[in-house]
Amino acid sequence: MSAVDPTVLEPEPLKDAGAAADRRSARRERLRLLVRNPSAIIGGAILIFWIICAVFGDVIAPYSPFATDFDGHLPPGGTHILGTDQLGRDVLSRVIIGARDVLIAAPICATIGVGLGTLIGLLMGYYRGWLDDGLGRIIEAFLALPVPLVALLTLAALGSSTTTVVLTVGIFFTPIVARTVRAAVLAERENDYVQAAKLRGENGLYIMFREILPNITGPIVVEFTVRIGYAVFTIAFLSFLGVGIQPPTPDWGLMVSEEYALIIGGYWWVTVFPALAIASLVIAVNLVADALQEVNER
Amino acid sequence: MLRFLIRRIALGLVTLLLLTVIVFALSNVIPGDVGRQILGPFAPQESVDELNQRLGTDQPLYTQYLNRMADYARGDLGESYASRESVANLIGESFWASAKLALLALLVTIPLAVIAGVYAALKRGSIFDRVIVTVSLAGSSLPEFVTATFIIVTLGVSLSIFPVLARPPDGADPLTQLYYLAMPIMALVIVYFGYIARMARAGVIAALEADYTRTAVMKGLKRGVVIRRHVLRNALLPTISVVATQTGYLFGGLLAVELIFNYNGLGRLLVTAARDKDLPLLSAGVLVIGIVYMIATLLADILISILNPRVRLGEDG
Amino acid sequence: MSATEQRTAALKVEDLEVAYDVRGVLRPVLRGVSFEIQPGEAYGLVGESGCGKSTTAFAAVRYLPGNGHITGGRTLIGGDDVTAMGDEALRELRASRISMVYQDPGQSLNPTIKVGRQVAEAFAVLGASKDEARERAVEALRRVRIADAERVMERYPYQLSGGMQQRAVIAMALACDPQLLILDEPTTGLDATVEAEVLDLVATLRDETGAAILLIAHNLGVVRRTCDRVGVMYAGRIVEEGIAGEVFDDPQHPYTVGLLRCLPRRGAAKSERRLDTIPGSLPLIGTPLPACVFEDRCTLATAECRTVLPTAAHPRPDRTVFCHHLDRVGELVAAPVTAAVGEVAPGDVVLQLEDVSKTFRQGGHEVRALVGVDLELRAGETLGLVGESGSGKTTLAKAILGIHAADQGGVIRLDRETLAGLTTQRPADARRAIQIIFQNPDSALNRSKTVRSILSRALSKLAGLTGQAAEDRLEKIRDEVVLSPRHLDLKPRQLSGGLKQRVAIGNAFAGDPRIVVCDEPTSALDVSVQAAILNLLADLQRDEQASYIVISHDLGVVRYLSDRIAVLYLGRLMEVGDAATVFAGPHHPYTEALLSAVPSVDGDPPARIRLEGEVPSAIDVPSGCVFHTRCPRAIEGTCEASEPPLVEVETGHMMRCHIPIDELRRLQGSDAD
Repeated sequence: MSAVDPTVLEPEPLKDAGAAADRRSARRERLRLLVRNPSAIIGGAILIFWIICAVFGDVIAPYSPFATDFDGHLPPGGTHILGTDQLGRDVLSRVIIGARDVLIAAPICATIGVGLGTLIGLLMGYYRGWLDDGLGRIIEAFLALPVPLVALLTLAALGSSTTTVVLTVGIFFTPIVARTVRAAVLAERENDYVQAAKLRGENGLYIMFREILPNITGPIVVEFTVRIGYAVFTIAFLSFLGVGIQPPTPDWGLMVSEEYALIIGGYWWVTVFPALAIASLVIAVNLVADALQEVNER
Repeated sequence: MLRFLIRRIALGLVTLLLLTVIVFALSNVIPGDVGRQILGPFAPQESVDELNQRLGTDQPLYTQYLNRMADYARGDLGESYASRESVANLIGESFWASAKLALLALLVTIPLAVIAGVYAALKRGSIFDRVIVTVSLAGSSLPEFVTATFIIVTLGVSLSIFPVLARPPDGADPLTQLYYLAMPIMALVIVYFGYIARMARAGVIAALEADYTRTAVMKGLKRGVVIRRHVLRNALLPTISVVATQTGYLFGGLLAVELIFNYNGLGRLLVTAARDKDLPLLSAGVLVIGIVYMIATLLADILISILNPRVRLGEDG
Repeated sequence: MSATEQRTAALKVEDLEVAYDVRGVLRPVLRGVSFEIQPGEAYGLVGESGCGKSTTAFAAVRYLPGNGHITGGRTLIGGDDVTAMGDEALRELRASRISMVYQDPGQSLNPTIKVGRQVAEAFAVLGASKDEARERAVEALRRVRIADAERVMERYPYQLSGGMQQRAVIAMALACDPQLLILDEPTTGLDATVEAEVLDLVATLRDETGAAILLIAHNLGVVRRTCDRVGVMYAGRIVEEGIAGEVFDDPQHPYTVGLLRCLPRRGAAKSERRLDTIPGSLPLIGTPLPACVFEDRCTLATAECRTVLPTAAHPRPDRTVFCHHLDRVGELVAAPVTAAVGEVAPGDVVLQLEDVSKTFRQGGHEVRALVGVDLELRAGETLGLVGESGSGKTTLAKAILGIHAADQGGVIRLDRETLAGLTTQRPADARRAIQIIFQNPDSALNRSKTVRSILSRALSKLAGLTGQAAEDRLEKIRDEVVLSPRHLDLKPRQLSGGLKQRVAIGNAFAGDPRIVVCDEPTSALDVSVQAAILNLLADLQRDEQASYIVISHDLGVVRYLSDRIAVLYLGRLMEVGDAATVFAGPHHPYTEALLSAVPSVDGDPPARIRLEGEVPSAIDVPSGCVFHTRCPRAIEGTCEASEPPLVEVETGHMMRCHIPIDELRRLQGSDAD
């Protein structure tokens, strides 16, 4: 078999080298698109800012977030750039340190939700039939309830702690993630490679995790990012309602809840700065998610 | 059409059943001693037992569930642990207050968001489009309590345009009521505008790129006709679903808005219930909100089926 | 005035250049296209994917996608410059003088508006009142031979079959009595019989209306049947132009010559000759090309071709060719006949089907997709499955593969062992013995894996090979399917369509299969790539002694690969026999109609059998012979009364027909010997 018959050959285009290089790395190409995307840049920058605050908060924060040794309700400016709260704690320091809990908690929630949701979505989309119908109904029922609301109910029954908050929020993300993943699996399993794998004698687990899963990482990554955003949202919201993270932790939602009633008294800064922090973080995460989605769809 | 309707409603009832199971299960996530919880650690065991017996909380969980459902079916939503009042009465009053707020918000949001979304799609890539996309993204990602805080600080306190408390005086005329409710409505609008506008925009873009739109253009129809007749109808079908979903979630958002603006509605009632661990009240309220969502999505599905023959007449026609 | 008016072309394209803006870089798609269509003339543009034929059509009516720009030249419709027209003038032009029909009629109709309203709209735009427009819409639907036009008016697009949808689109297109009708792959994706109907309709309407036609098609037969003249495009240029029949019978440009030689034509079979291929592959869109765009792949090319733009030459009357080396076209060599696979004596029976049926349940109805099929397949033999969509070809293949289980009662035997219904219930040996090559390699290959990992997994699961043994075998397979070593570490998306199909073929052959189902193995590929894949399949079969079951709508492909043919209609075998016999006739009337429907590059026979109506629903099959409702030769009183058995009418030739074979032979006028 030394000389290949030219009539079975489909030789490379002559200028193949350049073309191949052009196509070489789809991943690198995506990264390049991402880096060029203005949403990704702005979102990424804000995100990095808060990550730095979370990691090096103790160094950056001018005061201890718990120190109550200042006058209460000092307006922003001077030694307390963002002012002090009712108890005389430095708002800036509390906002900086406040990044920590939420930046640890939110990804954990997202991981729980996306992990379980992916598993369930894969099972539903791959096996379909009664499993899909049954789980689909349950998911439908769960979706009728806004996550903050079911979380409120659960935490009221279960009692509030950082752990219960994170677990609750994470688990309640599962249905919606499962639905997204299921849709992706349904589209993917139409591909003949799934059929080919069955004809090869692969079992369901292999096909789900080794054949289908690698092809739906795009939507899953987007979903993960979106979930982080929602987790920040929900955790802050639950703290605000008083069933989330408990005082005296410098949590942004908690800070808003503690003094929003005093806004009318003119002490706006105690509430507005943590609210801004929440806003900037949530928007940043969503900007990144949006950019990822856009790059995926190309 | 009738077959579709019957099937859809039957499925809805199954979902409702599951919904009641979920809510019941969550409120009993720790099968604790309810009587003890209400009466506190120092009450004598007899009175705790007596209370448990009266509430039925000494029964096994599934019996409790069946009893609860039987009560619900009779319109008896139980008794609040905290106030000993009828849950049905408490929820009944506050529900309509919340519904008023929610409906007003939707009334503003839907036309505004749809128009903005459609226009942005038609002017894709323009400054207007970018502004709508950014505002939508930011607005819909923010928690309601954050938006509400900003509104109250700027419009309520700094500029003093609107009253800070959403409590119109008794017997106020509709306009005055609207004046008092302006800020909470705004807070809700900002959030829901984003979801709906984004969906409308995406729908229109997809329809503009569709082959049937090309057919319409090549027929020589005027652009306005192409958009009205061929683009919008297909483009807005997915938006209807989103509006329905968001109507349900709007009630979730009311939790924060009512709390911040001190508005006496279902949201505020439920937050108080949660803080008091008043589970009968809270779970009934959660169920009510779930049912609102289900009704909204049911109506949306019916509307979509009217607009989309394929859904209405079934796949094999 | 009248003299010039007569000569004003319906469409005149002058040196048209179009580029697509891809992330800020302008990538040329059309590199100077010029042609003219006279009033009443039908002109075909042919070429492989990416050659710019559809772009030409869209540029002609100025409906390019947002990133498409006309960078040079102009198009004139009836003498008016479309490229310089204002929006309102353009709209009026579209409303009253040009119309377009595209591929995939299902997508080109608005799903939420009734067909009648959509057709009426085309009249309303010309100023008709509402009632008038409706009336004329009914008329228009009748004109495109829709019998129950009134009822179709009230239907939604999805309630119509593909053929009916395309008629409705054509009715709409003809509303304004256009001077120019553009048809962009109007029959791609439709069954051959439906395609024939649509093409006949176009021909009739053309006679009626006198509209000029621009037909875009990749199928050369379609163009030959429909068009007077043809332009052959390659990489954004027309390389050859002339009278359709003459160009296809006597091509002059090296590309046209190559393209036509790639086709399995005139009953070519693998035992007689190999197919030619064009070296190299199609250029990617927008890549810089030499002056003669075909230079890269042309065996005649010289230095001149790289730098000097070939000018129009006229080697024949009515022929224009852009080539520097017209005098050397005779040097282009065809594949040697000796390289053919040659006759292979079929071996023992490998696969045996007895009374295999498959019934689906759909909304409370029983759909009998396959009814009592008896078949045999021998070692090293190829069985071609032929029939319209819904005939049960794919259902049969899936039952053999065990993708779905056939009904109880039937038997599928592999080497005399009865097989379980589903692949999961079959022993590993049986599983590896029956494999498949799918139509679309993009779908058949997992895009997240490298070629190496795809093939390795197949080797370990099907051949049970790991370690060094697996690596050696991998090398061997790679060699057999003619991939180079560096391809192994690429992912499918980094390969061209032909290379991807090679990987898929290697995948199917990993476990030394006894039987390989080839489901439209070349339908997703361009003609020049198809030839190489067909040659490869023929070689592998000879070397591996595998049996093939080939499903293809392209009868040329089926004929090239197949030793025997089975014709299916509504799940029933209508005719089975040696390929040569089945194609030569006498045929079953259904086979006759199918063969007659397919437009041939070599021109159509003078008399064609036309099938009326659509394939009946499998839920409610006709009585007697299931084909009698559409059979042009049905015997009244007999055919609707009883179903004929499948009987051997001559040695090795089975048929299910009430008409005696001699009578068929006489009717079809085929020779007795």
